[in-house]
Amino acid sequence: MLKVNNLHTYHGFLHVLKGIDLEVLEGELVAIVGSNGSGKSTLLGTLAGVYLPKEGSIIYKDEEITNDGVQMIVPKGICLVPERRQIFSSITVKDNLLLGAYHRYQKDKKTINKDYEDVVEMFPRLKQMLDRPGGLLSGGEQQMLAIGRGLMAKPKVLMLDEPSLGLAPLIVKDIMMILRKLCDEMGTTIILVEQNLKAALKVADRGCVLAHGKIVVSGTSQELLHNPKVQEAYFGKSSKKTEVPFNTGKKEVRGKKLI
Amino acid sequence: MEVHSQVIQLLFSGLTIGSIYALIAIGFVIIYNVTGVLNLAQGEFAMFGALISISLINAGLPLWAAVIFSMLIVSVIGALFERTAIHPARKSSVPTLIIITIGCSIAFRGIAILIWGTQPQSLQPFTDNTPIKFLNAVLLPQSIWSIGIAILILFAMIYFFNKTFVGKALTACVVNPFAARLMGINPEKMSLLAISASAGLGALAGIVTSPISGASYDMGMMLGLKAFVAAVVGGLTNAPAAIAGAFVIGILESFTEGLWSSGAKDVVSFSMLLLILFIKPEGLFAKASGKRV
Repeated sequence: MLKVNNLHTYHGFLHVLKGIDLEVLEGELVAIVGSNGSGKSTLLGTLAGVYLPKEGSIIYKDEEITNDGVQMIVPKGICLVPERRQIFSSITVKDNLLLGAYHRYQKDKKTINKDYEDVVEMFPRLKQMLDRPGGLLSGGEQQMLAIGRGLMAKPKVLMLDEPSLGLAPLIVKDIMMILRKLCDEMGTTIILVEQNLKAALKVADRGCVLAHGKIVVSGTSQELLHNPKVQEAYFGKSSKKTEVPFNTGKKEVRGKKLI
Repeated sequence: MEVHSQVIQLLFSGLTIGSIYALIAIGFVIIYNVTGVLNLAQGEFAMFGALISISLINAGLPLWAAVIFSMLIVSVIGALFERTAIHPARKSSVPTLIIITIGCSIAFRGIAILIWGTQPQSLQPFTDNTPIKFLNAVLLPQSIWSIGIAILILFAMIYFFNKTFVGKALTACVVNPFAARLMGINPEKMSLLAISASAGLGALAGIVTSPISGASYDMGMMLGLKAFVAAVVGGLTNAPAAIAGAFVIGILESFTEGLWSSGAKDVVSFSMLLLILFIKPEGLFAKASGKRV
């Protein structure tokens, strides 16, 4: 479905992705986990066409989409639900959802209404607040709205950037269940980027761990959950070597040099 | 003339001039909201609209056709202006972009001198201009046209932004450009749309005002600046507030002119600008923060 070869992306002079190889099969739920600054969001941004890579290639259904911008990629069926939800705060929930279908509103107006009803059915919590501005929703509801808006684009590959951010564990569980359901029942391929390792790997078929712009470990979710290398990628190499300056019992005198 | 009929008279002329400012101020607000650029060439679109429609009528076109064609031509001028002046520099800082628009406004005025010369021209009133007596005051039919068109455009704007899909997409670009891009909305296309539509509205303002105050190559500057004051009074991000601001400025000017001196009206409206910027820079009608169109 989606094949990524030796992908390098820069933010200005900053070399963020340092050669990513990744293959995602149709109907799979793949989790990409990693700590802050490992390049997860940049990877999704590059796949969605928000950032253009300097090197490497992205192949989607045997077609190269490496240098297509986001406006060309969305109609092809790849949609990104961005970090921090990014809903249109002053626009009603209903219009937020409909705007998700922007790229196809001229082509198939009729199916949009049906898809809209399907999406509303899928998120019963949104049903009661369709006329409310998106900004007045709670965090969990906003996340559902963002996913619903992404689904309105009718993506074959749905990418989500940290949907659990700032949400209560119960709601995170709800959202993960919805993703699993999307994958199983509608056959949507899902790429899920998460810091919440356990929540993500519980629902994912496969996962890979990103650190410093490279994929360091990959495998099935079960393998990853028990792999010590995953801990390493998250918390740094064996904690014995790193000195912990606080909590040593003794009070450290700091700032002497300055005086 | 009795005092109260004089007041009504001044109110009418204030509303008339206010409605002209309103049409241009809406353009300011749309362009500012969608692109973040303060387009100081906005008044020149009004000048082009007026002069082009006069030329078209002189060439033998009926009034309605001249109005429509002139608006279309000015929209194309607006689109060209966006493609050649704003779009290539879209990554520059805001002051740079503002200076580009000032440069363009000077160029537009120069072009207008080359085509139409420096002589003021005039347009016939839209309909028979016999004054109507109303509460002891005199009302010109052209004033009713001008106020009516402004109100019509206001409702059209509300309909466009709240009911049509393109309008909502435009709003989405204003509220969250990043998310709008992720939905496949092209902000650059929206910027082109916003600038050419505002140019068309500006043209309409110019056409409506020329039977009242004539048309000349330099009419755009004052109209543009006054409309800018109106937009700032309204808070610059909200179209209905900008229209209200335009009427406030118009009425203020006409009362200053009638009760004090006509030389003082510019002083009053620009003092109003400074006063607003010092005391309430978010605009007279600002509610809680948050952008609206």
